[in-house]
Amino acid sequence: MSKRIQDFKIVNKASAGGNCLLTLLPLGTPDLHDITPGQFVQVQALAPEVLLRRPISVCDVTPDGHLILMVKPIGNATRHIDSLAVGDTLNLVLPLGNGFDTSDMQGRRALLVGGGVGVAPLVFLARALTAAGASVDICIGGRSAADIAGIDSLFVPDAHLHFATDDGSAGHHGLVTSLNAFSADYHRIYCCGPTPMMKAVAASARNRGTDCFVSLENMMACGLGACLCCIEKTVRGNICVCTEGPVFNINQLLWN
Amino acid sequence: MELNLSVDLGNGLRLKNPVLTASGTFGYGIEYADFIDLSRLGGFIVKGTTLNPREGNDAPRMVETPSGMINAVGLQNKGVDHFVKHIYPLIADCGSEVIVNVSGASIADYQAVAERLADLPAIHAIEVNISCPNVKAGGMAFGTSCQGAAEVTAAVRRSWARHLMVKLSPNVTDIAGIAAAVEDAGADSVSLINTLLAMHIDVERQRPSISTITGGLSGPAVRPIAVRMVWQVARRVKIPVVGLGGIVNADDALQFIMAGATAIQVGTANFINPAASVQIVDGISDYLRRHNISDINQLRSIIP
Ligand SMILES: Cc1cc2nc3c(=O)[nH]c(=O)nc-3n(C[C@H](O)[C@H](O)[C@H](O)COP(=O)(O)OP(=O)(O)OC[C@H]3O[C@@H](n4cnc5c(N)ncnc54)[C@H](O)[C@@H]3O)c2cc1C
Ligand SMILES: Cc1cc2nc3c(=O)[nH]c(=O)nc-3n(C[C@H](O)[C@H](O)[C@H](O)COP(=O)(O)O)c2cc1C
Ligand code: FES
Repeated sequence: MSKRIQDFKIVNKASAGGNCLLTLLPLGTPDLHDITPGQFVQVQALAPEVLLRRPISVCDVTPDGHLILMVKPIGNATRHIDSLAVGDTLNLVLPLGNGFDTSDMQGRRALLVGGGVGVAPLVFLARALTAAGASVDICIGGRSAADIAGIDSLFVPDAHLHFATDDGSAGHHGLVTSLNAFSADYHRIYCCGPTPMMKAVAASARNRGTDCFVSLENMMACGLGACLCCIEKTVRGNICVCTEGPVFNINQLLWN
Repeated sequence: MELNLSVDLGNGLRLKNPVLTASGTFGYGIEYADFIDLSRLGGFIVKGTTLNPREGNDAPRMVETPSGMINAVGLQNKGVDHFVKHIYPLIADCGSEVIVNVSGASIADYQAVAERLADLPAIHAIEVNISCPNVKAGGMAFGTSCQGAAEVTAAVRRSWARHLMVKLSPNVTDIAGIAAAVEDAGADSVSLINTLLAMHIDVERQRPSISTITGGLSGPAVRPIAVRMVWQVARRVKIPVVGLGGIVNADDALQFIMAGATAIQVGTANFINPAASVQIVDGISDYLRRHNISDINQLRSIIP
C-alpha cells in the first residue's frame, strides 16, 4: 500500500522505561499490514510553537491491528503527545522509511541491541524475526532500573532478553557491549539507540565480521525525501535518512 | 456556478489554477504522488537544479523556529543532466506544468542549465533563483543588487525563449526596485519570496543550530512580510507576480492574490500536510462560490 495521512485513536496509554507508550487504533482504512519493522511515522503534535511533524518509530504492530508508539517526552511536541488522553486522536503520515532487512534469517541467530527509545523499533523487529524462524537475543542498556522498567513485557515471549545498567541497579552492571550474550555468534546484528552505543556496536560488528544494521535519528522536516534536510554522509554521498534509511548497513556509513 | 480558476502568466505559461508548489519543498513531485493527484495542481516547481551535481551543506541542515523553520540544504542535487535523463521522463506527462528551478554560481552556469532544459518540450517555464551566491562577486547573492539581478536575467533570457520566471530574494532594502530591474532585463514574471536570512542558537550546546550558522527562514512566520513585498512589487511592475511565503491554506493564498499575485506557491506547508496544495485549490473554489465570484482573476490586486 502507499504512504498516507491517517487518523488514529488512542485506545490505551501506559509507560515503559520512563517513556509514554501509546496504543493506537487506525480510523478509516484499518489495515496496517504494509508496515514493516524499522519504519517510522510522522506525528502531528498540535502544540504551541510546533509546526513540523515529528518522526517516531513504529514500536509494534500487534496481531489485533493496533499500532504502538513509544515516545520520550523531551520537548514541545513529545511532551504534548505524552499529555494526550485515551480517546484523543492523533494524525500520522505513514508508513515511512526503509525498515530492517529481515530476509534470510530462518534458523539463524539475530542480536538486537537497544537503549533509550531506540528500543522501540526492536519490539516489532523481534516479533517479525521470531515469526520468520530466527532465534533472537536482545541486549538492552539503560542508566538505571527505571530506564528498563516494563520493557521486557513489550517483546514477544520467544525472544531472549538481557539487561545492563550503568549503575547496576538492574541487570548486569556495565554497558550493553559487556553482556555475555553480546559476544556470542550471530548471523546479523541490529541496533538502535544513542549514537555512542550504535558506534560501539558497529565497531564490534566490524571486528567480528558480522552483518550489522543501525537505525539513525537525524533531524527531519518532510519525512518524504522532498526537503533533503535529513541527510547522512555515506559512501554514496549525502543521502536521505527518511527514504533510504533510517536503517543503514554500517558499511554504508562513514563512522570509522 | 461555472468557476474559472485558470490564470495566464504570459509567454506560453497558462495554469489550470493558480496553485504551484515551491522549489525545494516538493522534491520532483513524485514524492507526493501517493498523497495527491499531481494533475490537480496548476503546476509544481522542482528542486533547485545546477549545472554540476552538488552535495549541499553538512548536517544539521534544519531547525524549527516559532511558526517556521530555518534550512541550509545548500542546493543538493544531481545536476541538470541527471534531471534531463532520469527525472524528466518520469514527470513530463503528469498532467500539470513542471517548472524547473535553476541555480548557479556564475552567469555561465545559469545559461548552461537553461540551454540543456531547452531540449525538453514539456518544460514550458523555468524559475531562476537569483538568491544564490555569486562566486565571482565574493559570494554576494546575485539577487541583492539591481545590477546583479538584471545581469542574470538578461543572460538567461538570451538562452531561454519560453517563460522566464525570476525568483526574488527578500534580503534586500527595496525588493520592488529589484523586480523592476528584472522586468526591464526581460523576465516574463517574478516570484517572491525566497527564504529570509535567519539564525538560531542552541543555548544548551552553545553553538549555532545549523552547520552553516545562518540559513533561510520559511513557513507561516514569514507570511506577513511576503504579503507586504508582493503588494509592493505588484504595484511597481507590469509582469505577473507569483506570491509565496508561509502559505498553508486557501485564505493565506487569497491574501497574496488580493495583494496582486496572479499565482501562488505552497512551500513549507507540504512538509506539515502533504495534501496541502490540493486542499488549497479546493479551498479557493469554495471561497469563490461562497462569495459568488466566478473568476479567480477578479480577485487579483483588489487591494490597490
Ligand atoms: C526515524 C526516527 C525515529 C524516531 N523514533 C522515536 C521514537 O520512537 N520515540 C521517540 O520518543 N523519539 C523518536 N525520535 C526522536 C523524535 O523525533 C524527537 O525526540 C522529537 O522530534 C523531538 O521533538 P520535540 O518537539 O519534543 O523536541 P524539540 O524541542 O524539537 O527537541 C528537543 C531536543 O531534542 C533534540 N531533537 C529534536 N529532534 C530530534 C531528532 N529527530 N533526533 C534527535 N534529537 C532530536 C533537539 O535537538 C533538542 O535538543 C525519532 C527520530 C527519528 C528521526
Ligand atoms: C528545505 C527547503 C529547500 C528549499 N530549496 C529551494 C531551492 O532549491 N530553490 C529555491 O529557489 N528556493 C528554495 N527554497 C525556498 C522555497 O521555495 C520558498 O521560497 C520559501 O520556503 C518560502 O515559502 P514557504 O514559506 O511557503 O516555504 C527552499 C525552502 C526550503 C524550506
Ligand atoms: S526529512 Fe525531508 S528529505 Fe528527509
